[in-house]
Amino acid sequence: MLDNSEGYVTEDGRKIGGVVMEMKNITLRFGGVVAIKDISFDIREGEIRAIIGPNGAGKSSMLNVISGFYVPQEGEVWFHGSKRPLMRPFEVAQQGIARTFQNIALFEGMSVLDNVMTGRLGYMKTNIFQQALWKGKAETEETENREAVEKIIDFLEIQHIRKTPVSRLPYGLKKRVELARALAAEPKLLLLDEPMAGMNVEEKEDMSRFVLDVNDEFGTTIALIEHDMGVVMDLSDRVVVMDYGKKIGDGTPDEVRNNQEVIDAYLGVSHD
Amino acid sequence: MGRRERLAQTQSGAEGMHSLPALLHRNATQLGDAPAYREKEFGIWQCWTWAETAQEIRALALGFLEIGVERGDHIAVIGRNRPAHYWSMVAAQMVGAVPVPLYQDAVAEEMTYVMEHCGAKYVVCGDQEQVDKVIEIQEKVHQIKHILYTDKRGMRKYDHSQMNALDDIKAEGSAGHARFDAELDKRIAELTYDDTCVMLYTSGTTGKPKGVVLSNRNVIESAKNSAEFDHLTQNEDILSYLPMAWVGDFIFSIGQAYWCGFCVNCPESADTMMTDLREIGPTYFFAPPRVFETQLTNVMIRMEDAGKLKQRMFHHFMAHAKRVGGLLLDGKPVGFGDKLKYALGNLLVYGPLKDTLGYGRFRVGYTAGEAIGPEIFDFYRSLGINLKQLYGQTEATVFITVQPDGEVRADTVGVPAPDVELKIDDSGEIHYRSPGVFVEYYNNPDSTASTKDAEGWVATGDAGFIEESSGHLRIIDRAKDVGKMADGSMFAPKYVENKLKFYPDILEVVLFGNGKDRCVAFINIDLTAVGNWAERNNVAYGSYQELTANPQVLETIKSHVEAVNKSVAADEMLSGCQVHRFVVLHKELDADDGEMTRTRKVRRGFVEDKFHDIIAALYDGSESVSTTTEVTYEDGRKGSISATLKIVDAPVVPVVQHKVAAE
Repeated sequence: MLDNSEGYVTEDGRKIGGVVMEMKNITLRFGGVVAIKDISFDIREGEIRAIIGPNGAGKSSMLNVISGFYVPQEGEVWFHGSKRPLMRPFEVAQQGIARTFQNIALFEGMSVLDNVMTGRLGYMKTNIFQQALWKGKAETEETENREAVEKIIDFLEIQHIRKTPVSRLPYGLKKRVELARALAAEPKLLLLDEPMAGMNVEEKEDMSRFVLDVNDEFGTTIALIEHDMGVVMDLSDRVVVMDYGKKIGDGTPDEVRNNQEVIDAYLGVSHD
Repeated sequence: MGRRERLAQTQSGAEGMHSLPALLHRNATQLGDAPAYREKEFGIWQCWTWAETAQEIRALALGFLEIGVERGDHIAVIGRNRPAHYWSMVAAQMVGAVPVPLYQDAVAEEMTYVMEHCGAKYVVCGDQEQVDKVIEIQEKVHQIKHILYTDKRGMRKYDHSQMNALDDIKAEGSAGHARFDAELDKRIAELTYDDTCVMLYTSGTTGKPKGVVLSNRNVIESAKNSAEFDHLTQNEDILSYLPMAWVGDFIFSIGQAYWCGFCVNCPESADTMMTDLREIGPTYFFAPPRVFETQLTNVMIRMEDAGKLKQRMFHHFMAHAKRVGGLLLDGKPVGFGDKLKYALGNLLVYGPLKDTLGYGRFRVGYTAGEAIGPEIFDFYRSLGINLKQLYGQTEATVFITVQPDGEVRADTVGVPAPDVELKIDDSGEIHYRSPGVFVEYYNNPDSTASTKDAEGWVATGDAGFIEESSGHLRIIDRAKDVGKMADGSMFAPKYVENKLKFYPDILEVVLFGNGKDRCVAFINIDLTAVGNWAERNNVAYGSYQELTANPQVLETIKSHVEAVNKSVAADEMLSGCQVHRFVVLHKELDADDGEMTRTRKVRRGFVEDKFHDIIAALYDGSESVSTTTEVTYEDGRKGSISATLKIVDAPVVPVVQHKVAAE
């Protein structure tokens, strides 16, 4: 099924397209520590792809490789059919990749609206002087971008905190604001680093619904890291399982669930 | 805002204004450019004029014809206050169907009964959440033919063979207008003054909900009389945020809005209501006492955080307002110096405060549904906010009694509304007769007959009396809740409960004691007020439940109960109703658990059954009681919480026997 370059159809009838991003034999080392060992997998257009694994498995490192923040010592990253050269993070963003962070990285003193507006920076062409004068071009530009931002605020149901400084928000809402900022960039590929971490059941349900809705409404390809197995199995179309920097499983949630190596990694196994 | 020409409002419906579509047509012709609806979306207030509204509604009605809506079909509407939902109701009427708005926060199980009872074939849903509920209901209720929805989000994957977006059928309706125009005009022309305008389900504190059928006559006459009573014009702005299934919202946002031609403003979401209120600054406003209580609590909490100077200014001028504000509002004579000082206070305190609350343009407003605390009521009145009380029912199309300007008091509910006749029967129950009296309970002739007699008099189920000096009605309690204590003295729970609820710390009270020798009570604390107190006094708590068990909280509540007992003891008739023992409940009474109606009235009998173990413990003298309670989550799943509740003995004032045996 996965060899079919034309894509596949999910259980709930969504059509998944061709390969958007391909990781080929990635190895990432920090000095003597090997964080990722010879891993290959792909992400297809329109799918929700999960990367799971126990603590220290190298999931966040993998996400950082995808986002271009870490440069692997070996291996190649292919994006939209071409090998990706060495790039700085903002160039990756310009290619249409946006992300959220495991430890929330918002501008705490700024309002929700302003935070989400920063997600639109890639779409603003006026320079600092034009913006200081805020006449003509800068003004129309802000209006256009504000409109896009308001649609996202409506979509994620955060109208009531539009003008609230982020520092005053509870954790669950901050996560949602981060998602809003990432969406504001209208990404082709959205990376979510533990979007449900530290949330209660209700917040997790809300967030799951938003992730599904984003995928459904905007057709955004999503790669996410998550600890909560229930959430991962419900949300994702395909799952990569990592353990100690190695890939130990790859496939649909059902395939992964029945993979002996995966079960061993999660439940532990006696070495005799 | 310039005054527009006054609308041609005929004295009766006979001259053509005998249905909502007829009023809509008049408004679209005479007030074409005036705003009819506003809704905040994407951070901006979107506006529709009456002419645009008429087009939208017509397109919707054509869409309804396209999907095959027949005369007499019921169309359920479940969603928050949005123009599209109000339009659906009027469009339903245009094609001869009957709109049935339902409470959107009801769980599927609760909705099933109503859907089955009214036989709704079509359902208009606000969003995916409501659609999911209706799909669940469809497993049991098979007559639902077609689901329509307003918000398209998350709806792509659904089976659309029996489902459409409201916008899509509207578009198809206007595209295919040539085919249906004649049919639609015919159906509009058929509407008479006695056709059903809307069907509203009353939640009822006992038994199954009943479908109250209101005719065009009921709605339009009530709207006309009440609008004339308060001199409402087409220049009013109202904020529609109360449940659409509630009769009040139907009368304010549709009845009066169409009669007067004023503008209905819909908030962006339920959570932004307070911000939207401030932005709109309604001239005509309606809210249950709870909204005013919450606002006042918030003002007081924020004042405590303000600087010294502001605090002193606030308290100084509020004291002055308390003294003369109410008198000024009632047009009573006030000294020149006091007037001058009030004007200064208005500049420095009252004006800014009113602006912050969203009452800067407040001309007239009502509170009803529950008794409002006199302090709270007076607070708003003293600021120059013309807040009044009314007494009404779904069966009366709202209005039974209202307070005229200048005769506003906290302890009465006013004089009979225009065209309303009132009588009190021998048992003290209030009866009324008016043009607003409902047609019938749908498919329930027995209940209709036991509520409304042949001459059109309706029994309210409330006990009350008319004050001789003023002619104002005073409500004692629900007639069936008024009972007798073991010694024969009167038991009127509401009277005591209201006195307790006027304390900001106390959210809800249920008093028991009918047929017993003494009264006991359940108390719910108010999380906002008590939580704020806890924060200030460094009292740590992890949950609502933990806060309710805090000894200091219990002590505070005990002092409130003691004070109320003193005041109750002063009343000869009711001195037996003092609270001897009480518990602070570990959970808030909730409509999802069936303990309250959707309009937040306590269902006494249900609560008594559900917590019988706690009541037993209150009477048998135990010091604490362990209990497990079932709770329902918002999505309908059930769970349970366990707690050990401490029972508190409250000091009571010894009752002096008034009737000493004749010597």
